Amino acid sequence: MNPPDLMYSEEHEWVRSRPGGVAEIGITEFAAESLGDVVFVELPSVGEELTQFGKMGEIESVKTVSDLFIPLSGKVLEVNANATDSPEVVNDGPYDGGWLLRVSMTDESELDKLMSADQYEAFLASQE
Amino acid sequence: MAVPESLRRTSLFDTHVSLGGRMVPFAGWEMPVQYEGILAEARAVRSGAGLFDVSHMGRLEITGPGAAEFLDRVLSVDVPGLRQWRARYNLICDGNGGIIDDCIVYRLGDERFLVIPNAANSDAVLDWFSKRDSGLDFELQNVTEATAMIAHQGPQALDMVAGLTPYDVTSLKMFAAAETEVAGAKALLARTGYTGEDGVELIVSADAAPTVWRALSEKGAVPCGLGSRDVLRLEAGLLLHGNDMDTSVNPYEAGLEKFVSPDRDGYAAGESLRQIRDHGVGRKLVGFVLHGKGIPRHGYAIMDGLIPIGEVTSGSHSPTLDMSIGMGYVPIGYAAVGSRFQIDMRGRAVDAEVTALPFYSRRKNA
Repeated sequence: MNPPDLMYSEEHEWVRSRPGGVAEIGITEFAAESLGDVVFVELPSVGEELTQFGKMGEIESVKTVSDLFIPLSGKVLEVNANATDSPEVVNDGPYDGGWLLRVSMTDESELDKLMSADQYEAFLASQE
Repeated sequence: MAVPESLRRTSLFDTHVSLGGRMVPFAGWEMPVQYEGILAEARAVRSGAGLFDVSHMGRLEITGPGAAEFLDRVLSVDVPGLRQWRARYNLICDGNGGIIDDCIVYRLGDERFLVIPNAANSDAVLDWFSKRDSGLDFELQNVTEATAMIAHQGPQALDMVAGLTPYDVTSLKMFAAAETEVAGAKALLARTGYTGEDGVELIVSADAAPTVWRALSEKGAVPCGLGSRDVLRLEAGLLLHGNDMDTSVNPYEAGLEKFVSPDRDGYAAGESLRQIRDHGVGRKLVGFVLHGKGIPRHGYAIMDGLIPIGEVTSGSHSPTLDMSIGMGYVPIGYAAVGSRFQIDMRGRAVDAEVTALPFYSRRKNA
């Protein structure tokens, strides 16, 4: 369920490394399912510089509202307008159409502070 | 060491689990908050029909020669004047006029009534009742465990249930009830609900509930959880006790005065309520729409600039209206339709505007 080629944070965000030091960021399927129907997503603007594990926005579902934390430092290159305009895409495809941000990574070694898919699943199991 | 609270389960618990319901603790019960998703379930009720397990709500049978007089002391409506097979929405108010609970009372016979309090308030209601029963000949039986209650709501609900009962459902008036059979089970069938849609609520024996549920879902009714129920009742402008009212507010502040007859002799809360009515109130519950992003949630401050003027009591995204809606108490000067204020959304001030309740009615929005 959690794609093996991504890295995961304890705050239930994922990172997909792209060529040229670009990272794509979203929330995990576990997070999307826990939230339920997402109705609002608030994200930073293109050009903003964010620090690993700092707040990058808010996500609100019918049930609850949560802060979003960026899993690694970077400068925002692109915001997924589909996610802000039609937030249900986050529930429909948290690992593809529901991605949130693309950033240029400040320090690729920060990826070492994240979990692999196996580690993330073990982490989820330990949280139950 | 704290002993974990053991949660009660309705006779439909296994049904919910087998259907993939997400079970959560609610008012001491383990109840489904959603199956498919809150918004999908809310849309199903607005366009077709949904099924809700509301067995966690209390069911109190009050019988005997003194039953009507007793209920007339504790309920906010004229109970002796209630005709047989009719139901009324009403409030249970304390000696100060504060709202202990809201409930439906059914008259099932000359000396036979059924009262449906909220799950979380059943004990408080029984406690209040026990203080007001002196000198009257009646019996109160708590049949919550022995029975189950299913709400079947939506524009197609009546057609669906019509195929499962010998009773002519379409002849059943709003807030009327009948004893009949549904899917082979003895049932109290009432044209009541909490969603703003047409539909029925059924009380059956606890044992029969899974069969009745299955029969209705085979007719096309969609299983719905407490999450969509909350969205639907808010769209319909219906208050939730514990959120939108409690013992710190009175029926006049809550906008529920049409469900209160304070002038009856012997009505326990009558004197307080008459005083409140005659002196007027300083704040009112209003409905508002949000002109901005986010959901106004219970406890968020209502602001006029930097001055807090009230609190949000309920809020949601409305899938039917595609906007954020809420309710809260504000000073009278802010209560007129069109009044504006802001909601403090986690540090962000978002404009809101008072609108007439209900937000949605099946006539207005049809």
